[in-house]
Amino acid sequence: MTDTVLKVRDLAVDFKTDLGTTHALVDVGFDMPRGKVTAIVGESGSGKSVTANCIMRIIQPPGRIIGGTIDFAPEAMDPFEITSLGKRDPRLQELRGGLISMVFQEPMTALSPVYTVGNQVAEAILCHRKVGRKQAWKEAAEMLERVGIDDIDRRIRMYPFEFSGGMRQRVVIAMALVCHPEILICDEPTTALDVTIQAEILTLIRDLQRELSNSVLFITHDIGVVAQLADQVVVMYQGRVLEIGTVRQVLKTPVHPYTKGLLAAIPGLAPKGEPLATIASVVGDTDITKPYPMITLGDGRQVSLPREQVQGVAG
Amino acid sequence: MSEAVLNPVAEASVSREESATISPRRLIWLRFRRHRLAYLSGIFLLLMYIVTGFCEFVSPYGTTTRNDDAINAPPMRVHFFDAEGNFHLRPFVYAYRMEVNEDTWMREYSEDTNRMFPIRFFARGEPYVMWNLVRSDRHLFTTEEGGYIHLFGTDQLGRDMFSRVFYGGRISMSIGLVGVVLTLVLGILIGGIAGYLGGIADRVVNKAIEVLTSIPGLPLWMALSAALPAHWSPLLVYFGITVILSLFGWTGLARQVRGRFLSLREEEFVMAARLIGADTPRVITKHMLPSFSSHVIATATLAVPAMILGETALSFLGIGLRPPVVSWGVLLFQAQNPLVIEMTPWQMLPGLFVVLVVMAFNLLGDGLRDAADPYSTAGAK
Amino acid sequence: MRSYVISRLLGMIPTLAVISVIIFVVIQLPPGDIVTSMLDRLQAQGVDTTEEYVQNLRAQYNLDKPLVLQYFYWAGNLLTGDMGYSHLYSRPVNDLLWERLGYTLSITVSALLFMWVVALPLGIYSAIRQYSIGDYLMTSIALVGVATPPFMVALVFMHIGFEWFGVSTGGLFSPEYEDAPWSWGRVVDLLSHIWLPMIIVGLGSAAFTMRILRANLLDELNKPYVVTARAKGVSPAKLILKYPVRIAINPFISTIGFVLPALISGEAIVSLVMGLPTIGPLLLQALLNQDMFLAGSLLMWLAILTVVGILLSDILLAWLDPRIRYE
Repeated sequence: MTDTVLKVRDLAVDFKTDLGTTHALVDVGFDMPRGKVTAIVGESGSGKSVTANCIMRIIQPPGRIIGGTIDFAPEAMDPFEITSLGKRDPRLQELRGGLISMVFQEPMTALSPVYTVGNQVAEAILCHRKVGRKQAWKEAAEMLERVGIDDIDRRIRMYPFEFSGGMRQRVVIAMALVCHPEILICDEPTTALDVTIQAEILTLIRDLQRELSNSVLFITHDIGVVAQLADQVVVMYQGRVLEIGTVRQVLKTPVHPYTKGLLAAIPGLAPKGEPLATIASVVGDTDITKPYPMITLGDGRQVSLPREQVQGVAG
Repeated sequence: MSEAVLNPVAEASVSREESATISPRRLIWLRFRRHRLAYLSGIFLLLMYIVTGFCEFVSPYGTTTRNDDAINAPPMRVHFFDAEGNFHLRPFVYAYRMEVNEDTWMREYSEDTNRMFPIRFFARGEPYVMWNLVRSDRHLFTTEEGGYIHLFGTDQLGRDMFSRVFYGGRISMSIGLVGVVLTLVLGILIGGIAGYLGGIADRVVNKAIEVLTSIPGLPLWMALSAALPAHWSPLLVYFGITVILSLFGWTGLARQVRGRFLSLREEEFVMAARLIGADTPRVITKHMLPSFSSHVIATATLAVPAMILGETALSFLGIGLRPPVVSWGVLLFQAQNPLVIEMTPWQMLPGLFVVLVVMAFNLLGDGLRDAADPYSTAGAK
Repeated sequence: MRSYVISRLLGMIPTLAVISVIIFVVIQLPPGDIVTSMLDRLQAQGVDTTEEYVQNLRAQYNLDKPLVLQYFYWAGNLLTGDMGYSHLYSRPVNDLLWERLGYTLSITVSALLFMWVVALPLGIYSAIRQYSIGDYLMTSIALVGVATPPFMVALVFMHIGFEWFGVSTGGLFSPEYEDAPWSWGRVVDLLSHIWLPMIIVGLGSAAFTMRILRANLLDELNKPYVVTARAKGVSPAKLILKYPVRIAINPFISTIGFVLPALISGEAIVSLVMGLPTIGPLLLQALLNQDMFLAGSLLMWLAILTVVGILLSDILLAWLDPRIRYE
């Protein structure tokens, strides 16, 4: 049994629009260790969410996967490759919400306003298991209580618009976890929330991950969140992976100039009283838009840089 | 390292920078140009307005000129080759040959290949006075003395349908424009007052809109135009009908203007303008109006068809414009009888023009609305 | 929900009151009144009238009272169900109105149903198969449908009926049932005739609502809640129907308020062309002959029909959409 649950290799996605083709992902590759939290960090437009959508196979046109593989090794099933699944393959339906599920950025719009909360959470169960409505609602109620929604008998019959943003995100999390997926993808789950609520939701996700010991792919642009949650970090920029390492490696001793720039631009980490560095000022003369093949360093981390530039670090 | 390198979507950066430097109006125009159908509709309408505007010149005959040789005659075909197969550089039509069908006692027309009427362009024909100003007898096309040409056929009095369709178009299409201008004034004024003042004024206007939209339009128009005094001159009736149509047509525009005003008041960029010290007139003219004037134009464009259809319906019922005024509705009034349609289907041609013009306005309005929407991504079709 | 319905019902009262004022004003507009046109008629028949008779007549119709009072008499009578006397037909308006109102209602409601049955599936198809040949075909037909006035459709249909089937397509009944008392056979006969006006009246609105539904659905298709449901593993067919369609259908229902007046207008003019025994032709005759009691009552009833229809669509909407119910 392998300890890698998801293996992404050479993943490439194009968006064809009137303005021309945009390469949203270029040869993206990383591994997700089982039972651990992998974080993808990057600016907006770096391809974080596109990567997540590829794993769920919910890329919307004009976006299209043009190459690469995503090998998935679930415990419940034989391993299979995700990008080559046919549209009618039953495994695709099972994958979505059953084996892998997702928590989205916008809790305000991620739920349909015309169905009760209970209906939408129970539906996830009904889609994947042959159980009766009653049983589904019972399990939905249990999961909703577990994510911290009280007064459940009343609330389960309420509509999403009667809930606050934080509550809605709890509902979305309950909906994602109710089928006990092996991978939970969180696509910036706290970005749209108030700061106080953000902390609560993060704690909830971390606690649930420890409790259920599933694998989590956490997408964020917030280095603070990465430090709190992640075991492994993938740094993305302009649709490419620049650096992969453990959270300690990447945050303490970043190798790639872009990662350094990203860290230097965080308020609080820079020396007090000095103007905050821009990413560009730290990156300096290295052309980070140029694609370099990933190089594995001695300590196991990977970085996309010219070989001669890495020599010093690796040595 | 330049900023451009850090632009996340490098390839789109060129066009983005471009779009950042061109004016909003130009951007709307560019987006509009990509709606091919809307663009073509706009050109078609422009052409129609030009043609109907100069219909005295475009039509070979006046609206009352009769041709006794052609009663209820079908549309003529334009030929380049004569019956013997000889090519003629100057296109021509054949005269009608009329026979009375012995079974039905109906006139039946065919082409008399012995009599040929060459078409003359920019030639002298029936004299006319254009717009009560220009006296002339030049026509875009006509035939020589003694000939006749009826591209759309004739009616039961032998009047040329082609000429009548374009004369009628002048009335019908201009009612649309004049009516929409009235509608615009009413709609912007009332909607603006409601949206800007809010409170009681807003509630009153809202209720008025609700009431007016819940009365079926046509019956009410019928009642109002039946109330127009019978002794009014055609011009007065024309304006009367236009006023009636816009009296109940402003609600859609007013609602839109009101809604825009209300939501814009809350928008951050309006708040920001206030905060940097812009006074109210400046906020309205510099920040609020430009952000929805294009929407208003689109809505106004979409309101024109209702006007045209309203006039057509009323005249069709015989309580709108009346002969001798010629409008598409008046022309269709003659085609009410199924028997007429049966025998002379070309009398439905004005209806075809109504459909085409209304369709073009709808397409143009849709295209303008899409182009005006700054968040629209739908564009090229 | 109950309080919503009650508040909407109460809101109807001022609306109808204002409408009645407007209609009263409109029927007062033509020069002269009922009595002058009656006198004209009598004079034409060679009957001489005395000044006293005229005064009596005016008093009988309350025409000697101030206009405001006249309105209250008129409105009061409407409320008690007494809609006055049609001098054109020499019958109480009540006698003339009900049967025709029934036909108007039948045609309008069936046109509405027709509109739904056509627009709903075609709109959905057109949206989820955007830019397919079927979509192009249907949006093109809808484009023409929206632009064609109902009376043109009626003329074309009658032309086709005449040309291809050799039948005259006017009327709501076959000759043998025209004046027969109501029976099962007459109902069947009515149904076998009503489908044509139903299609003609409903066609334009069907095209209009199809376009609206298509646009709404296209807006909804990529909303986050749809993506969420997709990521949850909902099967594609169920996904479309349960999520975006359910939301896109709301504005679709509220367009009833928009469409109903258009349907009633269309019905009036189509009935005129096809010679149907509904309100439309009666209204035209009443207007042309200045029979203002009749015209006023007809207008009022058409307005009541519309307002009630809009109310029903609002209630339906509230029932379907919790966001409105809970406001």
